[in-house]
Amino acid sequence: MSVENPVERYLRSDRMPHIWCPGCGIGTTVNCFTRAIDESGIPMDRLAVVSGIGCTGRVAGYMHVDSFHTTHGRAIPFATGLKLAAPDMKVVVYSGDGDLFAIGGNHFIHAARRNLDMTVICVNNLTYGMTGGQLTPTTPEEAIASTSPYGNFEHPFNLPYLAESCGAVYVARWTTYHVTQMKKAMKEALLKKGFSFVEVISPCPTLYGRRNRIGDSLDEMKTYKTRSVIKNGADTKEVDLGMTGPIVVGKFVDRERTTYQDAMEAFYSRKLGNRYVRASQ
Amino acid sequence: MAQTQIRIGGFGGQGVILSGIIIGRGAAIHGGLHATLIQSFGPEARGSSSSAELIVADEPILYPYVKDVDMLVVLSQDAYARFTPALKKGGLLVTEADLVSLTPPVPEARHFVVPATRLAEEIGRKIVLNIITVGFFGAVSQLIPREALEKAVKESVPPGTLDLNLKAFRKGYEVGLEQLAKVQAPA
Amino acid sequence: MHADPAGVLTGAHFIDGDHACCEGALAGGCRFVAGYPITPSTEVVERIALRFPEVGGVFIQMEDELASSIAIAGAVWGGKRAMTVTSGPGFSLMMEHIGFAIMTETPCVFVNVQRGGPSTGLPTLPAQADMMQARWGSHGDYELIAVCPNSPQECFDLTIKAFNLAEQYRVPVLVMMDECVGHMMERVVIPKPEEIEIFPRRWTKAPLDEYLPFAPGEDLVPDMARAGQGYRFHMTGLTHNEKGYPDMTVSGQARLLGRLIDKIKKNAAALTDVVEDQVDGAEAVVVSYGITSRVAQKAVQAVRAKGLRVGSLRLRTVWPFPEHLIRDLATKVKAFIVPELNLGQMVREVERCAQGARVVSVPHAGGTVHDPAIIVQAITEALR
Repeated sequence: MSVENPVERYLRSDRMPHIWCPGCGIGTTVNCFTRAIDESGIPMDRLAVVSGIGCTGRVAGYMHVDSFHTTHGRAIPFATGLKLAAPDMKVVVYSGDGDLFAIGGNHFIHAARRNLDMTVICVNNLTYGMTGGQLTPTTPEEAIASTSPYGNFEHPFNLPYLAESCGAVYVARWTTYHVTQMKKAMKEALLKKGFSFVEVISPCPTLYGRRNRIGDSLDEMKTYKTRSVIKNGADTKEVDLGMTGPIVVGKFVDRERTTYQDAMEAFYSRKLGNRYVRASQ
Repeated sequence: MAQTQIRIGGFGGQGVILSGIIIGRGAAIHGGLHATLIQSFGPEARGSSSSAELIVADEPILYPYVKDVDMLVVLSQDAYARFTPALKKGGLLVTEADLVSLTPPVPEARHFVVPATRLAEEIGRKIVLNIITVGFFGAVSQLIPREALEKAVKESVPPGTLDLNLKAFRKGYEVGLEQLAKVQAPA
Repeated sequence: MHADPAGVLTGAHFIDGDHACCEGALAGGCRFVAGYPITPSTEVVERIALRFPEVGGVFIQMEDELASSIAIAGAVWGGKRAMTVTSGPGFSLMMEHIGFAIMTETPCVFVNVQRGGPSTGLPTLPAQADMMQARWGSHGDYELIAVCPNSPQECFDLTIKAFNLAEQYRVPVLVMMDECVGHMMERVVIPKPEEIEIFPRRWTKAPLDEYLPFAPGEDLVPDMARAGQGYRFHMTGLTHNEKGYPDMTVSGQARLLGRLIDKIKKNAAALTDVVEDQVDGAEAVVVSYGITSRVAQKAVQAVRAKGLRVGSLRLRTVWPFPEHLIRDLATKVKAFIVPELNLGQMVREVERCAQGARVVSVPHAGGTVHDPAIIVQAITEALR
């Protein structure tokens, strides 16, 4: 008797094996994501996954839903157009720290400000994996990258603080060690109306781990275990990441704000009355 | 007629462009003519001066800009100084009575003075200065049928101000006709 | 199929090219616009913002042109007909997403109201200096379609046409306006909805488990699905196979690129849209497009009055370039005269096809249009 893997129907099996390195955390996040979809009850035909470019940018291509592999940094504006055109779709942007916060940073802050009804999942491996391990806006100070060979002297972004400041209604951070919590956060984000954001700290043993003498992926998971401090509701100002010190994880923000589309429809209804024609699908 | 090149100049807030649009609309939509209007969009467009270039013709208009002006309407001293040099000899010149002092002297032109500010004050709203001017221009130029211009006025002003603007247009037109009659009367 | 009456302002209007472009988009079925303000194109999106809530359209002012130019792709895959509008500096930022739309066969419309450049250049004054950027500005090899209106009426007509061609060929179509036509007001006649032909989206009718999103039909164009229909398709800017999956091989690249180019190139004759005037028997032909074509026509009338046999060829579709027409004319005329508001762009295409006939460029750095006398002089000298 054959038993189907519970996550298999969410994946494009005809595209396996995937391109990710042994020990990479992206697959772990995808595993959690499929289980989160399953538990959320969102029909697969109503789900769209949009990615940018990079290692995490390949997630869209492995998901067996309507999936869009867009340009570098522009997954969020693509998703914006998609969501406004097809409001009955649940739109998820799944991409990496370089894609979402360097080249795509402007789009992230504006989508959060508008409170577009979408979920953004950022696999934060602190580096550009696909291009060979360069500095990203989240690389911690002192960390070695191929473009910071002496170590990083830039101040990195604190992503949960950025997301909260810009208006995200749901903000959580976990590591790939915290698979149960991660899955739960993804499910909550999927079911949350408005701009929800889940950051997952994830190992890149091939490039980041090796250069920074963290060891292999298992060693990195051990550091997640020892360094992580669960603080639900933590002040996001205080959750920045360093090379050492605590990795504060948890659900930080869960609040209500009117979404872009609700605001638009309510506003036009009020201003234009029955002259307003809602966009049809 | 072939082609008539018109320039209307003044300062921002006078409704110079709208007056050009009304004349253009009157010609192209209701007058059976062709019309091409270009707003002056130089860096000066955001400053105090404003002007519209309008060509009215009985054939399709190819070259879109005004070069040799057949008819010039000026509602500011600055526009008078800047635009009169390009007015053709014997062309039509309309100047606003209170806003334009005729220095340097008026060039060789068929010159009319529109008391638009005073008429607007009589009507009670200074804002209709431009519509009075459109009416006046329509009368002294005899370029576009009166009904065509009046229809264009109706289509171009906010609904709540229709009566006011029509009153202004008609007043301007009448004053223009009076002045035209004086010029045309045998000496 | 005919236009949705809700978007059609039937009647005669005295409006500028930017406003006419907006009305063309509405009549052409556009119901999603993403834009970023930039002179001299802003009036298009301002009117869209005013009109859309009454016709079921969605307008969003994005944070920049990068965002605008891919938000429209998202909306197209969500089922809408979509467009973005810009000018020089914004057009430069949109180049990557013109390539993305080509690669993913996303039907959409880019409007460029051209101004003088490079860089910030002449924000409020006309030029036609983005013609080669339109053709070659995105990286990689490709073909696309670009149309060039010479009046507000054509801004309306050709914007509708742009939407139809985009859907027919599944390619981005560029509407290459300029500041002069954009800000020029003239009579624009908007027909009745039933008189406006609409080429509908090529929706797939394939069963759910048999659909190949990038398998072409006989005309080399694939049928399309949108998100939420159950097809669970994939699309990517990577080189891909008929399934839409990455296929980064030498043969995969040759196959995909070959088809993307052929679907336009093999239809070049059908895509040709020119206005010929007394070309037969002409000794010289003036080749022009956009606002310059009007000034050129004035010059042509002047030299004809002097007894010269001069024809005029006006390009309404500039890309693909109507090579066959120029090659054919080249065997019959002594010279081509090419005035344009740039320092010599489309003239290179004419030279490429002129086969020994003389080609005279009449360049202009932009900021206004040519003095017709300059074109008269160029024609006269070319025939001396």
